[in-house]
Amino acid sequence: MDLIWEGLREAIHILRTGDNSVWSITLRSLLVSGSAVLISLVLGILGGAFLAFKDFRGRNLVLSLVNTGMGLPPVVVGLLVAVVLWRSGPLGQFRLIYTPAAMVIAQTVIAAPIVTGFTAASLRHLDPRLRTQLYALGASRVQMLWIVLWETKLPLMAAVMAGFGGAISEVGASMMVGGNLAGETRVLTTAIMLAVNRGDFPVAMALSIILLVLIFIVNAILTSVQQQEKR
Amino acid sequence: MKRLRIGALIVALLLSFGLAACGSDNGADKATSQPTSAATTTASSSTPSSGTPAAATPTPVERGGPKDIILATTTSTQDTGLLDTLLPVFEEDIGYNVKVIAVGTGQALAMGERGDADVLLVHAPGSEKKLVDADVGLDRRLVMHNDFILLGPESDPAAVKGTTKAVDALTAIFNKGAAFISRGDDSGTDKLEKALWKKANLDPKGKSWYEETGQGMGASLQVANQKDAYIMSDRGTFLAAKSLSLAIALEGDPALLNVYSVMSVSPEKFSLVNGPGGKAFADFMVSDKAQSIIKEFGVDKYGQALFIADAGKTYESIGLATPFG
Repeated sequence: MDLIWEGLREAIHILRTGDNSVWSITLRSLLVSGSAVLISLVLGILGGAFLAFKDFRGRNLVLSLVNTGMGLPPVVVGLLVAVVLWRSGPLGQFRLIYTPAAMVIAQTVIAAPIVTGFTAASLRHLDPRLRTQLYALGASRVQMLWIVLWETKLPLMAAVMAGFGGAISEVGASMMVGGNLAGETRVLTTAIMLAVNRGDFPVAMALSIILLVLIFIVNAILTSVQQQEKR
Repeated sequence: MKRLRIGALIVALLLSFGLAACGSDNGADKATSQPTSAATTTASSSTPSSGTPAAATPTPVERGGPKDIILATTTSTQDTGLLDTLLPVFEEDIGYNVKVIAVGTGQALAMGERGDADVLLVHAPGSEKKLVDADVGLDRRLVMHNDFILLGPESDPAAVKGTTKAVDALTAIFNKGAAFISRGDDSGTDKLEKALWKKANLDPKGKSWYEETGQGMGASLQVANQKDAYIMSDRGTFLAAKSLSLAIALEGDPALLNVYSVMSVSPEKFSLVNGPGGKAFADFMVSDKAQSIIKEFGVDKYGQALFIADAGKTYESIGLATPFG
């Protein structure tokens, strides 16, 4: 019990003083996972729309693969991305390993299937007559996708939240491809791991509290966007 | 619409906070130790500090060359905080940006073997031989040493405290079947522990009281602490770790010497290796400046230095029978 109170006190102290570069670490977490989610959103909406509207052979197989991807173990993603990005790997000459870019790549691999799966599922549940009607009214493809996405705003925001939650809370991949470098690739989750390894539990608790609050704030904002004009 | 504006305001606030803090990066994380003149001794086979450190002057970063160096090292150099003290000095003086990948020595050596790192700071003399022989590890130099210690619960269920030899202590633990935590990650500490069991002609593998964590030193210490188990540790990580109730059960056996060496990775073997950068870091580690930081590191916090600076000494003079003991 002591640890929880100590953690809370430490969290407040750290937040007030900006100790342990907590603000830059928090900002980095937000930027890395935010970029990953934005990229995932683009990939996921295009991929999801394609899977929902296009009939092709093997669509069920692709859908199953995407659904499997929604549960990809981050540590496996980390290993695969690391093997590719290591200097000895196929993309080694780009020197991406142990950079924030590598973490964005890994987190995109984690988040993109989640967004794709959610998008495909919600678009398929849409009333097919809406599309027929839009066609009849002469909507272009882009216009149609835009309107259809607007109609499925609710599940889409849920997709963003799920993707963001998956990206910002994973530690295995970030550790492996980022290397937990102070001031460069140290994010909240890897900083928590380091504090635990050092036996510095109050700091670990403090960072955990900050991570939870951060996820809450982001989700609160997304939820308020999601629920807007709905009533 | 009102809600959206509030949301945007929060985002803007968060961003401005974060950006403001960006400048003061790594503040408390990289605190430097204050030089004091306290005696610096550990329980290891005490070495007369004969010979002066080799006068090495690292070459500053070349214009146009790669600025990043990847340093593969053991968890102990990071968990103790030594690198947090050394690296800012190196980065400021020499101009390179060091990316520290703290893993077990086994993995650090593997990264060197594949050319995935530019310079290695490791502590498994026996295993280092392979890289040196293959001309992958260049110009291996002695940096510092401390010693390994055997830790256990205060109650000392296997009555280890009476022994003076690590082999005898492990035999006592084996016979008692007392809980023992092994790193099991092929790190320098793990290699030493495995070698000691072999020396004692015992095989603890598969025994119910013998468990492997597969994690770094700091993490494994926490596991041993929770399980009231015995564990081998380097002295530095033990002293720097917090929230432990483990006590030293055995120390001072010359077999427990823990020797750290630095070597750069050959740019001839791997085209992507930053040769000048790796060499600059290796030179820095044995420079007078780095050695004097190592000498003082931990004195203010723990009342004793965590490492004994050894640059310029021979492996034999600190008690290692062969350079690859």
